[in-house]
Amino acid sequence: METEFGDRCLRVIGSSLPGVIFCMVACGFGGTLATSRAAPPVADSIVPQIAFINEQIEAVWDDSGLKPAAAASDGEWCRRVYLDLIGRIPTLAELEDYLKTRERNRATRLVDRLLGDDYATEYARHWANVWTTILIGRDTNNRMVDRDGMRLYLSESFKANVPYDRFVEELLTATGDNADREGAEQFNGATNFLSGKLADGGIQATAKTAQIFLGLQVQCTQCHNHPFNSGVKQNQFWELNAFFRQARGLRRFDGGRRVAWVELVDEDFAGQGGNPSEAEIYYELRNGLVKVAYPVFIDGTEIPRSGLLPGQLPDGEPYGINRRKELARLVVSSPLLPKAIVNRLWAHFLGYGFTKPIDDFGDHNRPTHPVLLDGLAERLQQYSYDLKSLMRWIVLSKPYSLSSRIEAGNKPDAPQLGEPPRFARFYPRQMQAEQLYESLLTATQADQGDAAEAARQRDRWLSQFVIAFGTDEGDDSTTFNGSIPQVLMLFNGELIKTATKLDRGGFLSDVASGPLRNRDKINVLYLAALARRPSAVELQEANRLLLARKGEAAEALQDVWWALLNSNEFILNH
Amino acid sequence: MVFPPNQQLPVAGLPRRHFLSHLAGMAALAGPASCFTRSLLANAADLKKRHKSAILLWMGGGPSTMDIWDLKPGQATGGPFKQISTSADGIAISEHMPLTAQQMHHLAIVRSMSTREADHQRGRYYMHTGFVPNPNVEHPSYGSVIAHELADAIEALEIPPFVSVGGGSVGSGFLGTAWDPFVVNADGRVRNLDMGIEPQRLAERLRMLAAVEDRFMGENRGALPGDHRKVVEKTVRLMTSSQLDAFKVAEEPAEVRERFGENNFGRGCLMARRLVEVGVPFVEVNLGGWDNHSDIFTTLADRKLPELDQAMSALVADLADRGLLDDTAIIWMGEFSRTPTINGNGGRDHWARSWSVVVGGAGFRRGVVVGETSTDGREVVSEPYSSQDLMASVLRALGIPLETSYRAKNGRPMKIANGGRVISELVA
Repeated sequence: METEFGDRCLRVIGSSLPGVIFCMVACGFGGTLATSRAAPPVADSIVPQIAFINEQIEAVWDDSGLKPAAAASDGEWCRRVYLDLIGRIPTLAELEDYLKTRERNRATRLVDRLLGDDYATEYARHWANVWTTILIGRDTNNRMVDRDGMRLYLSESFKANVPYDRFVEELLTATGDNADREGAEQFNGATNFLSGKLADGGIQATAKTAQIFLGLQVQCTQCHNHPFNSGVKQNQFWELNAFFRQARGLRRFDGGRRVAWVELVDEDFAGQGGNPSEAEIYYELRNGLVKVAYPVFIDGTEIPRSGLLPGQLPDGEPYGINRRKELARLVVSSPLLPKAIVNRLWAHFLGYGFTKPIDDFGDHNRPTHPVLLDGLAERLQQYSYDLKSLMRWIVLSKPYSLSSRIEAGNKPDAPQLGEPPRFARFYPRQMQAEQLYESLLTATQADQGDAAEAARQRDRWLSQFVIAFGTDEGDDSTTFNGSIPQVLMLFNGELIKTATKLDRGGFLSDVASGPLRNRDKINVLYLAALARRPSAVELQEANRLLLARKGEAAEALQDVWWALLNSNEFILNH
Repeated sequence: MVFPPNQQLPVAGLPRRHFLSHLAGMAALAGPASCFTRSLLANAADLKKRHKSAILLWMGGGPSTMDIWDLKPGQATGGPFKQISTSADGIAISEHMPLTAQQMHHLAIVRSMSTREADHQRGRYYMHTGFVPNPNVEHPSYGSVIAHELADAIEALEIPPFVSVGGGSVGSGFLGTAWDPFVVNADGRVRNLDMGIEPQRLAERLRMLAAVEDRFMGENRGALPGDHRKVVEKTVRLMTSSQLDAFKVAEEPAEVRERFGENNFGRGCLMARRLVEVGVPFVEVNLGGWDNHSDIFTTLADRKLPELDQAMSALVADLADRGLLDDTAIIWMGEFSRTPTINGNGGRDHWARSWSVVVGGAGFRRGVVVGETSTDGREVVSEPYSSQDLMASVLRALGIPLETSYRAKNGRPMKIANGGRVISELVA
């Protein structure tokens, strides 16, 4: 047995272990990693949309005298693009695949692969997670919502790459059963966006629709005009709310008192005055005065007032209107729709949006890069709301390719200090809980089994971090924010215990019992977790562990692995 | 800081404490972490007896203070509740708070709060920090400020100085993640505490981790990694502390648990008392469910007020009995209150213009009412007070100098409590 993780000449060894590519740690490969600060990945294929992003971002750098950070290393960039596009770090094999490729347009090829058929399932799973949180929050206690149903709809939708405008239309107009259960014959998971938001006349449906799809914060205008955004008035809240008044969530019981599922339907709405041809609603001003509201979209477009669903009189004369369908039509043709999604996705990939918060447009909150925001919105529309195109432009742009290091030239670009973001470096950020979970499974090559069961397991794991705020708006937050509970979970949680187990068949045991020399085994762990090789000092520490474990290399590897999974470098997207 | 080998620890008898000797023998977290090792070795018995603490009872959703602390019987806005007299001369509160009524001589009601934030998120932020939300800077909340100011005085504290039972707190803002609330459930079970390995081995792992962190942080990636490292240090301290027992409310006698109420808020208040006893400077206990847009009076009378009344009264009485009240400030508040007008659904909507909060203990004058609202409750007719005024008063009651000022991350100086004025009627 070797007694240290020595720096010897390495042999190329075939991949004798399933899933672990051992040849990658051989001399040649390791060398490229350590020194890989090659040309930025953006250089390889510039389409006009990417050029547009680069120009706009560079113009701001020039104006503010900023020098962008150097390019991220290939390993860093590869890790980043996996995390942001499919929600997990690359496996060893994937990392090697990218790093060994010498083609000039390898960055583009990687992005296209991640957005293509090979990764369709993982892409869909990741974006279904992201949108589940956006659409129904993290709280798992709302009985009017079925998380599985929501996720099922979302993953199918992202798998099929449904254009964003159609996606929004489907969510706003969905009818049917919200859970995929026996007896629920008209399953439509899209109903879950609204099924839990219809209480009290659909106040939440109104607020969330405006916030998520149009980037407008209207929740406070329920009771009064917006205090800062002169563009949003109280009457507009209720006029928007009127569009939801035909929607009803009917609870279906499982024989007992438990809600088995919710059926979302549209019904005739007689209005609060009892006259369905007017179907008005009332709301109260601060001074007690009662006012009337009819469905009017935020841009002032009125629709016929009837509360009756479409039908035909015996003489063939059509009557009535479906208010949600009208709303969806107006939302998807609103100029705010593409802006809101561009801002949201930009923030997803770059860490900050063009406004803060990302879903609060208005004169009170000017975007940092207005031309870029409008330009990308316009281009997205030209591309028929194809989100994958937008993602591709962003991740292949220059700002996405930069290192996260603070250097003299980019130091003033400090959004964390309240400065407007100028994207002169990549802003490091915590992985989302979902990303960390999936990345731990990836790093440890854990068998994920059945997809639905895997999703439920993940939900259980995530639920330990959820805090509900106890308001009717269903606000919630997560303790997965770098605080002590998260550190405890990474120190001692089940997931980590499993990951650091030496049980046969596990990743760690495969590495430990494999034919590699000790030094190469350490390299494998570093590459799997951090997409780089250890430094001399780190190697020295690893050797100290080997000594402490009295030469039991497997146990020392266990310790190194634990340390890597607990490091900033692992838990940050940087 | 280096310790001679084989140094005996001042505390004996706790197996967990063995861990400390292992840590002390190594320089795993040397440098920035030296204060960590130092406090690991501090003796719990050295704990200053007279440390100051504060307990915030946070009423998430915005409770209708007109139905609790400032009743308007007989008015159109008044609702159906009657008032009852209390142990404080001349003070009457809701009939659904009979137990707390017996503790009013320890408390003070401020009936002249007047604020402008009537959105949940904004109100929660404003009442917790004294600042209105600003996209460019995140302000620290009560718990972070008070923990930051008082934690140094409690050297032997091994558990986090800001504990939030049930969540809902606002975080540390520019003070950094190290001052974020430690969120626990009311059952007091802290997850993932068990190391499952020998202390010596954990110490060695931490040393390996330090090597990885040093390299990454040497590359200048901003404040985030440094914050995380501090949290790791706090976590190690917590994991190995016998003070963790303070979370175990289940170990209280059944009689005591019943007195506080066998529900989450009752257990949370009991835990707050236990945490204050070991020296935690700030505990926030969350009670949600006050966003009563419909059916407010049944909800309050049947559920919310009995739950509040039982736990709050037990907490005040217990702190007083144990001689802790003079050093423990109590603050009861939500993000705002509810409309004097009763809406069509028998509920009340959001209202910030005229409302009440309750304080007590520490350096507060007690058994008094401050301020007044109009007969229908729609206006404050005395001098109105703001969130920052309340915060300044709380800090003063804890002996924290109001001249304290911070430098936000953007370099701008920030006065503690946003420069609020102390509410003079609350000064004992």
